[in-house]
Amino acid sequence: MKEAILEIEGLEAEAGGKHILRGIDLVLRAGEVHALMGPNGSGKSTLAGALAGRPGIAITAGKVHYRGEDLLALEPEERARRGVFLAFQYPVEIPGVSNNYFLKSALNAVRAHRGEEPLDAMEFLSVVREKAALVEVPKDLLARSVNEGFSGGEKKRNEVLQMLLLEPTLAVLDETDSGLDIDALRIVANGVNALRGEQRAMLVITHYQRLLDYIVPDQVHVLTEGRIVKSGGKELALELEERGYSWLEQEPPRSEASAR
Amino acid sequence: MAESSEIEKLTSREYEYGFVTAIEEERIPKGLCEETVRLISAKKSEPAWLLDWRLKAFRRFLELLAQESEPTWAQVKYPRIDYQDMYYYAAPKQNAKLESLDEVDPELLKTYDRLGIPLLEQKRLAGVAVDAVFDSVSVATTYKAELEKHGIVFGSFSQAVLEHPELVRQYLGSVVPYSDNFFAALNSAVFSDGSFAYIPKGVRCPMELSTYFRINAQETGQFERTLIVADEGASVSYLEGCTAPRRDENQLHAAVVELVALDDASIKYSTVQNWYPGDKEGRGGIFNFVTKRGACRGRRSKISWTQVETGSAITWKYPSCILQGDDSVGEFYSVAVTNHRQQADTGTKMIHIGKNTRSTIVSKGIAAGHGQQAYRGLVRIGPKAHGARNHSQCDSLLLGDQCAAHTFPYLEVKNASATVEHEATTSRIGEDQLFYCRQRGLSEEDAVSMIVNGFCKEVLRELPMEFAVEAQKLLGLSLEGSVG
Repeated sequence: MKEAILEIEGLEAEAGGKHILRGIDLVLRAGEVHALMGPNGSGKSTLAGALAGRPGIAITAGKVHYRGEDLLALEPEERARRGVFLAFQYPVEIPGVSNNYFLKSALNAVRAHRGEEPLDAMEFLSVVREKAALVEVPKDLLARSVNEGFSGGEKKRNEVLQMLLLEPTLAVLDETDSGLDIDALRIVANGVNALRGEQRAMLVITHYQRLLDYIVPDQVHVLTEGRIVKSGGKELALELEERGYSWLEQEPPRSEASAR
Repeated sequence: MAESSEIEKLTSREYEYGFVTAIEEERIPKGLCEETVRLISAKKSEPAWLLDWRLKAFRRFLELLAQESEPTWAQVKYPRIDYQDMYYYAAPKQNAKLESLDEVDPELLKTYDRLGIPLLEQKRLAGVAVDAVFDSVSVATTYKAELEKHGIVFGSFSQAVLEHPELVRQYLGSVVPYSDNFFAALNSAVFSDGSFAYIPKGVRCPMELSTYFRINAQETGQFERTLIVADEGASVSYLEGCTAPRRDENQLHAAVVELVALDDASIKYSTVQNWYPGDKEGRGGIFNFVTKRGACRGRRSKISWTQVETGSAITWKYPSCILQGDDSVGEFYSVAVTNHRQQADTGTKMIHIGKNTRSTIVSKGIAAGHGQQAYRGLVRIGPKAHGARNHSQCDSLLLGDQCAAHTFPYLEVKNASATVEHEATTSRIGEDQLFYCRQRGLSEEDAVSMIVNGFCKEVLRELPMEFAVEAQKLLGLSLEGSVG
């Protein structure tokens, strides 16, 4: 069997005083792409945040291992440097800091951890231009302040550009498709597919089946009320598209059956 | 956790320039009386007119002291200063007349080396002439001869008084009269040295002029005076830096800076202020009570102030422009940082007198720890200032919830054709911004430094290239350990 990149066992978490994640079990192996679907408020973004170490999410039970290491014991930047990447649902604006500078600092922080020499300005520019072309991020967007005044689509493409640069081992994409038109969706999907590979695992969080036409998952999981209630192949997404989520609420939650 | 002990280590790190130079210094007796003023004047073999001026200032100061007129309107708190309990003059003992920089006391050269300001010919900074002021006196000036070829006078104030008395006499006190305010009166009475620059007609100064102020002696106040005159069509860029040893008691620094720009002249004045700020609990640190003012006397003249204020326990300063000449331009770009227990009340005054005068104010305040911060700015449009324009922008950034930022804009508009705009924002470094940076692999400290530098970008880009890099580093250092 391939190396387990991510192993989640009985994960429970609170955010804003609410019990959101109620026992998640999930394993992602090298080379796999998993889709995580579910209605609003089911805990998808909380799970993404928990994996990245977002402040304000309190882990109350369970374990998460990343390549055998206790992920929850690491600071957010330590997780990032080890190859955990989160594409934000709402990318953050940083006024006055150029996108190029930000990307270069991030890349060099990750490279330093890998024991690689930092890239100088010229080396960085040639790398970033190549990757930017893949996701159609124009030069002027690289020179502007991070995400400031970017359109929704530009922000999402910028997230994928960062992912391409940092070459993570585990990529979590939190609704990277939301608010995108069909062309933008294709661009984003191309970027993600370019990174797909035998050493990596990806968790793609989405509301819509249509993204999965472009990024074909190995497995699909359905999250409702903080539990994974159903897992299946890519055809599960089509079924969800047709029938919605309500029929799943009748079935016994999988996590209770397996984890308890 | 590893992270928090790292932050602790950074916070408790010593102020980089907190060392003391072991050097024999000559001081005059402690306290302030008429004899103190006469003694300082005599030490510098000053002409009678200057002593008279000092004595008038001293009498004015005594009146203000008797009336308890020490300013209290600023948003700062500090114990009453005992003006009898400090030294007003301290100077390293050295040969009376130095033939060249090679004769400067090696201890002094070492001190400036350590501060990153090498003075010796083979090591000195390229393209920057430096006047080094140590406690009460100027100890060296680089590139003097080079500048003289262009007719530029640059060096210590004391020397200028002896060598160019007519210039000094014409302009001294013409922008900041000795009666201007409490600290200006005190400075005028006891000022001991400082820098003087005169750029003759039509000359663009070929290098940056710079003064590096160092306080070393204990219980000593530093009272320096800077006067820069740009004659018609002249232009100059000037930069000052300052540091002081780490001590548990406060020390007073009360300076006066006067700038004069004649027709078509321009002066760019940049400050990177890094006086010892005191420790985390607010013990020690410099009281930086400074009067800085520039007069745009000529038509189309321009004065631009840029300041990066990261040091001092208390900062009280308002670099201002009097826009007298028609079409003259005043600018004020400021970054002020208050961390731990630091307090700053700073801003500017733009006084529009001439027609079509323009001014720009960009103020960026950053408060962290228990830092207290106030922007105080006056824009006055006189009745004859037809077509005058001002744009002010004041932004505050807060780190943590124990600090505070205040904005006090004053607008006085007496001409209906004027345009005055004021924008102000206050924001907090968002947890989401920090998390975003950290998720990309940046440490929390680097993230804060990056966000803060972005916030200050409009001001930092006004600094001369070499110093912008220094200033960016300084901003990061001043805020180390302010989050987490």
